[in-house]
Amino acid sequence: MDFGLSDDQKMMQESVGRTLERAVPLDAVRKGASAFEALKELGVPGILIPEADGGLGLTLLDAAVVAEQLGRHVAPMPFTASAVMAPLALKGTPWLKKLAAGEIRCGVAVSEHASGAREDAGIVSRNRKLSGRAMFALDADGADIFVVADKFGDLHLVQAKDVEITLLPTIDTTRAVAKLELHDADAEPLKDASILRIIDAGRVVLAADTLGAGTRMLEKAVAYAKERKQFGRVIGSFQAVKHMCAEMAAELEPARALVWYAAYGFDACPAESRRLAAHAKAHTSEIGPFVARTATEVHGGMGFTDLLGLHYWFKRIGFNRQLLGSPERVREDAARAQGWIGN
Amino acid sequence: MDLSYPPEYETFRAEVRAFCHTHADRAPASYFSAEARAWQLLLIEHGYAARTIPKDYGGYGAQPDILKSRIIAEEFIAAGLPMGMANQGISMLVPTLLELGTEEQKQRWIAPTLRGEVIWCQGYSEPGAGSDLAALTTRATEDGDDFVINGQKIWTSTAAQADMIFCLVRTEADKPKHEGISYLIFPMRTPGIEVRPLVTMTGRAEFNEVFFTDVRVPKKDIVGQRGQGWLVANATLKHERGMLGDPNQAGTRLRALVEMMQTETLDGRRLMDHPVWRDRLLKLQARVMAMEYHGLRLLTCAQKGEDPGLARLIVKLQGCELNHQLAGFANDVLGELGILYGASAHLRAHGEWQSRFMFDLGLIIGGGTAQIQKNIISERGLGMPREPKAAS
Repeated sequence: MDFGLSDDQKMMQESVGRTLERAVPLDAVRKGASAFEALKELGVPGILIPEADGGLGLTLLDAAVVAEQLGRHVAPMPFTASAVMAPLALKGTPWLKKLAAGEIRCGVAVSEHASGAREDAGIVSRNRKLSGRAMFALDADGADIFVVADKFGDLHLVQAKDVEITLLPTIDTTRAVAKLELHDADAEPLKDASILRIIDAGRVVLAADTLGAGTRMLEKAVAYAKERKQFGRVIGSFQAVKHMCAEMAAELEPARALVWYAAYGFDACPAESRRLAAHAKAHTSEIGPFVARTATEVHGGMGFTDLLGLHYWFKRIGFNRQLLGSPERVREDAARAQGWIGN
Repeated sequence: MDLSYPPEYETFRAEVRAFCHTHADRAPASYFSAEARAWQLLLIEHGYAARTIPKDYGGYGAQPDILKSRIIAEEFIAAGLPMGMANQGISMLVPTLLELGTEEQKQRWIAPTLRGEVIWCQGYSEPGAGSDLAALTTRATEDGDDFVINGQKIWTSTAAQADMIFCLVRTEADKPKHEGISYLIFPMRTPGIEVRPLVTMTGRAEFNEVFFTDVRVPKKDIVGQRGQGWLVANATLKHERGMLGDPNQAGTRLRALVEMMQTETLDGRRLMDHPVWRDRLLKLQARVMAMEYHGLRLLTCAQKGEDPGLARLIVKLQGCELNHQLAGFANDVLGELGILYGASAHLRAHGEWQSRFMFDLGLIIGGGTAQIQKNIISERGLGMPREPKAAS
């Protein structure tokens, strides 16, 4: 019985954190820098890919540890789709080696199944050709290939060159999502892949990202409250401000245990993983925005400015909340997974 | 992360399970009864109560092993059996005596307390000393070999049943407030003590007021040094906060709620089939899970001897709040049935949801209010400036 991170995971946490601090400080994030090259050296793109294919062969808990750091540093990095969801979908294909080596990146388009179909989105598959529109494809910017779900939830691999990609402007400039339009695009069916599993993995990783971003926002709020003076005192000596910080901490600490457990459960108890992933995603999506908003308020007017840049974390959390299913939607998956309602 | 138990623990679990199976029929129905004391003796004999208390003082004498303690709790809960007694004497006085009592006090009080033969109550809070406990004014003045006590305590659970009280009194009126307190233990039948039941919003008297008029207590019945009572009390308060906000209770409530929502109907549909309520239930389920896994994280820290710091400080605040929300939600899904209180054929769960919803408010306030908890979290957990000390 050992609930927590292993020494290796703590080392990974530290080395990824240090690398991100150096590679993508906020000024670099503002200018659109990417952490991809720096994290490639640590093997992050291949974190879930078997060692035989040149990856690190690690677990989803390790990926969650990395995601937490990415959230902490609002790091621009194709990770959720390219390093977590895609490798699970591409198991057994030659693409894994290239992904692990960081030679290619992979986008994932499953929004219609994770969040539901908006407008007339939907992909039809016929004779190894895909047609239709997929919304909110993740890690779409610079992707060489895409994993795309059709209307039945079967997964296919398509080349980026065969897809009309329109990047969508979102609140969060640190990660890219796109609209994909396909017109009889050549597609390779990914028969062994489970769309539910890859959505679960993506949800856990987004939850970890929110946890990291939220934790950093709390730290920033506490640091600011210990420095900023009004009425001749640091504002952190006012009970109203202290209690805001205490409430953030009280929400974040148990959420950390939930995220770790969901990540661990993905590999250790797959039968439970759908419910765990849904709850981790939905719960962090509830407390994340609470922390984001409260930390911003602790910073007063400065928190609202672009100058301070706190909004990068605020937006990161807001983005994570909606991606791969907003909380109400995701909780319904948790209800179905435990037989509370029919499918 | 490895949530499996080593083989020797699985063997231990099998033993506990077998015990629960064999002895289930001896489980007592009520707390203050001969059966309850017999059950307690049986548990001590097997090491399922008073497990780590030395044998010399009437305990089982095992080495502390957090995993085994957890296994015992898990198996007793799963079997629906009452655990060993966890009254204030056992949870708070015994650890205090073990740490700070004289050999004579340990020999005299620990064993009968563990066996449930001596029931204790706690005399801490006063009408004028709640969150600011150190402001207490119950006086103990010297008279020969005795202290003579005058004053009043409040929020005293089990005062009516208690044989003994552990009590904070002011012995040095001229010292700063934290330095003038002593920790005395004395019988509740001492002349001059009056117990009045304190009826709360639940309609029951879960607490009492205790009045002291010229109560004579021998000076030797002090725990720790004179004037050191604040430190002695803090040694026990840390035991109390661990008891409040227990995630096992939230898990039990959640399971009862799920069962109710799957069986109870409204307009002919199961409550679970009403999406708004289902969503609220799911939100609470995530919180219960988070607190449960958080408990595992704390368990691991305790096992490794690490201080979990901030992670430990949030438990009372979050745990009590969650229990309250679970009960409140149960009342909501019951609708108008949820307001029934008292004997009625339509009452659900013996009216416990409504009763807990109210009583939980007492737990949110007691044992350090939610606001005091937030001070502690921000000051000790996050390193923010301390509250200015009030004039003493």
